[in-house]
Amino acid sequence: MVTQVHPLIKPTNDLANEPLLKVEDLKAYFFMDEGIVRAVDGVSFDVMPGKVVGIVGESGCGKSVTMKAILQILESGAKIVNGKVTLRSRVHHGDPNSAEELIELTHLHPNSRQMRRIRGAEIALIPQEPMAAFSPVHTVGNQIMETILLHQDVSKKEARQIAVDVFRAVGISMPEQRIDSYSWQLSGGLRQRAIIAMALSCNPRLLIADEPTTAIDVTTQAQILKLLRKLQEERQTSIIFITHDLGVIAQMADEVVVMYLGMVMEKGSAMKIFKDAQHPYTQALLRSIPSVQSHSRVKLPTIAGSIAHPFNRPKGCPFHPRCTHFMRGVCDAAQPHLVEVDEDHFVNCFLYSEADGAKLMDKIETAPPVEKSL
Amino acid sequence: MSDGMQPLMPKAAASAKPPLLEVRHLKKYFPIYKGVLRKMVNQVRAVDDVSLFVREGETLGLVGESGCGKTTVSRCILRAIDPTSGEIQFREADGKVTDLAPLDRSELRRFRPQMQMIFQDPFGSLNPRMTIFEIVSEPLYVNGMRSKSEREDHVAELLRLVGLRTEYMARYPHAFSGGQRQRIGIARALALNPRLVVADEPVSALDVSVQAQVLNLMLDLQQKLNLTYLFVAHDLSVVKHISDRVCVMYVGKLVEMAATEELFQSPRHPYTAALMMAVPRPDPSSRDIIQDLPGEVASPANPPSGCYFHPRCQYATEVCRTQTPELREITPDHFVSCHRAEELQLAGIKVNQEQQL
Ligand SMILES: Nc1ncnc2c1ncn2[C@@H]1O[C@H](COP(=O)(O)OP(=O)(O)OP(=O)(O)O)[C@@H](O)[C@H]1O
Ligand SMILES: Nc1ncnc2c1ncn2[C@@H]1O[C@H](COP(=O)(O)OP(=O)(O)OP(=O)(O)O)[C@@H](O)[C@H]1O
Ligand code: SF4
Ligand code: SF4
Ligand SMILES: [Mg+2]
Ligand SMILES: [Mg+2]
Repeated sequence: MVTQVHPLIKPTNDLANEPLLKVEDLKAYFFMDEGIVRAVDGVSFDVMPGKVVGIVGESGCGKSVTMKAILQILESGAKIVNGKVTLRSRVHHGDPNSAEELIELTHLHPNSRQMRRIRGAEIALIPQEPMAAFSPVHTVGNQIMETILLHQDVSKKEARQIAVDVFRAVGISMPEQRIDSYSWQLSGGLRQRAIIAMALSCNPRLLIADEPTTAIDVTTQAQILKLLRKLQEERQTSIIFITHDLGVIAQMADEVVVMYLGMVMEKGSAMKIFKDAQHPYTQALLRSIPSVQSHSRVKLPTIAGSIAHPFNRPKGCPFHPRCTHFMRGVCDAAQPHLVEVDEDHFVNCFLYSEADGAKLMDKIETAPPVEKSL
Repeated sequence: MSDGMQPLMPKAAASAKPPLLEVRHLKKYFPIYKGVLRKMVNQVRAVDDVSLFVREGETLGLVGESGCGKTTVSRCILRAIDPTSGEIQFREADGKVTDLAPLDRSELRRFRPQMQMIFQDPFGSLNPRMTIFEIVSEPLYVNGMRSKSEREDHVAELLRLVGLRTEYMARYPHAFSGGQRQRIGIARALALNPRLVVADEPVSALDVSVQAQVLNLMLDLQQKLNLTYLFVAHDLSVVKHISDRVCVMYVGKLVEMAATEELFQSPRHPYTAALMMAVPRPDPSSRDIIQDLPGEVASPANPPSGCYFHPRCQYATEVCRTQTPELREITPDHFVSCHRAEELQLAGIKVNQEQQL
């Protein structure tokens, strides 16, 4: 999908109401000897400037691959087979007052100079594997400086100062000394802060945080979440926050996208998703998680079965083998599409009319969880 | 430390069942060696004076952050490793109580079938070259059940018990999902009719929708088989969900132990309270509750003086810096190791009466 199309340049005021990032019907597949893994199979969502979009879904639903596709850093064997990713990019990266242009990332070659500049300068990734973020043979400071030198026109000395400043900004004490340590010398919490510092070093407008707190303890997690919130408020950075922890999503996200087997099942504001979920999968997922606020030793309502193997995706609605609202001949025959059931609240399910989003079935009212005391 | 070795059982708990397990002043120090001569330079105080008890038929949850010593406590109790000191009093079905801590391998053999373990990793803990039948029946064979048909009947019953089809017996682990593998691990753990089951992070590696299935199964089996669980996890919501009582560890020490609702609603130790405030609630309408605890967890190789929590504790006073607090019962069945437990007013987590969804 390499083209020489010059990106459309528009003046700033024209874009004021545009999303910072627009993902439309994105599909990314792995072509393997055993078959095709449809890891991302038609994902659409917008990220508005300064907002946090939370992406939730269980292991293997395609959260990380979606992000890699946006950044065009897919492993070999994987391909974007459909869709469009549009970024509202600054003409002068890193300059908050720069004019903006809309760039179709899906039209750029993954190794093109422009794509490489966008990675880091406009969109920065906090990868899911924290050990992969830093090389063990260079100090974290040198690696951050390298990123800064790649994207900004500064001297080595200035780059070091910027690195020290971001270290301080993410709450690392003694930044001048810590910057000269190797990643393996840092504790889990400090390492995660250093990764965030590296991601922020070039002032990106969009931060993709792929499970940034999964490997760390809850008290450290609270520190990191607070830090990300502060950065988002102070710098107006947009964040795509990926996690399977619904508590973290509820605390962090403005908008929530719920994924299942490579597809968006439901999306809307955090309030809508947590207080008024409409998709059977979202409803069941929310009911099945134990909460520190619920009674102990009460049986949890569960979702029957387990997630399908990626080579064996069910026909029709991917959730149908586990869905209590399953309609034979409908749900297993065709794939539903996202319909707007309420303002900015979309659901991907045959229980809602494709024409106007109205509920087709009344039985969707949720049975209360079985409160069987033991 | 005043080493009284006195029992820990609550004073006013006449109605309560006797403890199946009572751990007293358990310590496990790992040596740190250095140089070619392997000179011992320091010790990791992985478990540093832990006392707890588990009553028959109940679930005791054990929570704490990574590296606080949860797994080491479990391994000492199961006598997979030798404790440095302390007692592990185990009550057999006939009421006889034995201290397992000083026993050697042959003396322990009699107790092994009565205590079983469920592991965290449903992928790594099953031998990929063994069929489900071989995996589940191995402990039966080792303990003398030689007839294959007898073992087959027993395995079939176990698989039904954990909700797996008996036809699966001939299959290998790779053909199963994470939740199914965890069920296989549970079936194996139950093969010898244990009385105590120690589960170390049994649902941490599972998808959230499957976690609930395994937790429900464990609750069911407990009721059916009158099992006693020591349930180890770092996830407070999971521990709250399954436990009758909960204990909290911090850097090798037990800081608090109480009935679940009591511990969550009225924590008496500042660390327990901080831990609870840090849990993100799945509710976007209350967003200001992310509270952070300053600083880093102390190293068990180099713990602070006095109360190990004092460098991070907002309530610390002079005595906290010099004297190690003992675990004591401040109200019936509520144990805390904090000098200021009685006077502090700490916030807990209220149960949300409003039905979720
Ligand atoms: N390199 C790869 N080769 C083949 N398949 C892959 C590869 N990476 C991912 N997949 C498959 O793509 C699908 C989506 O994977 P992805 O990593 O995006 O999941 P995820 O939602 O990020 O899960 P997790 O919560 O476990 O991180 C899965 O079925 C996975 O097995
Ligand atoms: N065999 C060993 N040799 C040396 N140190 C050890 C050994 N096993 C554990 N430790 C140390 O003892 C401490 C407690 O470890 P343990 O595994 O019991 O913690 P945990 O609470 O189970 O942590 P996690 O939640 O990460 O599983 C840690 O500092 C650990 O590094
Ligand atoms: S489309 Fe059918 S199977 Fe899928 S979630 Fe809706 S009701 Fe359930
Ligand atoms: S003993 Fe002192 S330092 Fe330790 S938890 Fe209690 S008040 Fe805090
Ligand atoms: Mg991922
Ligand atoms: Mg452990």
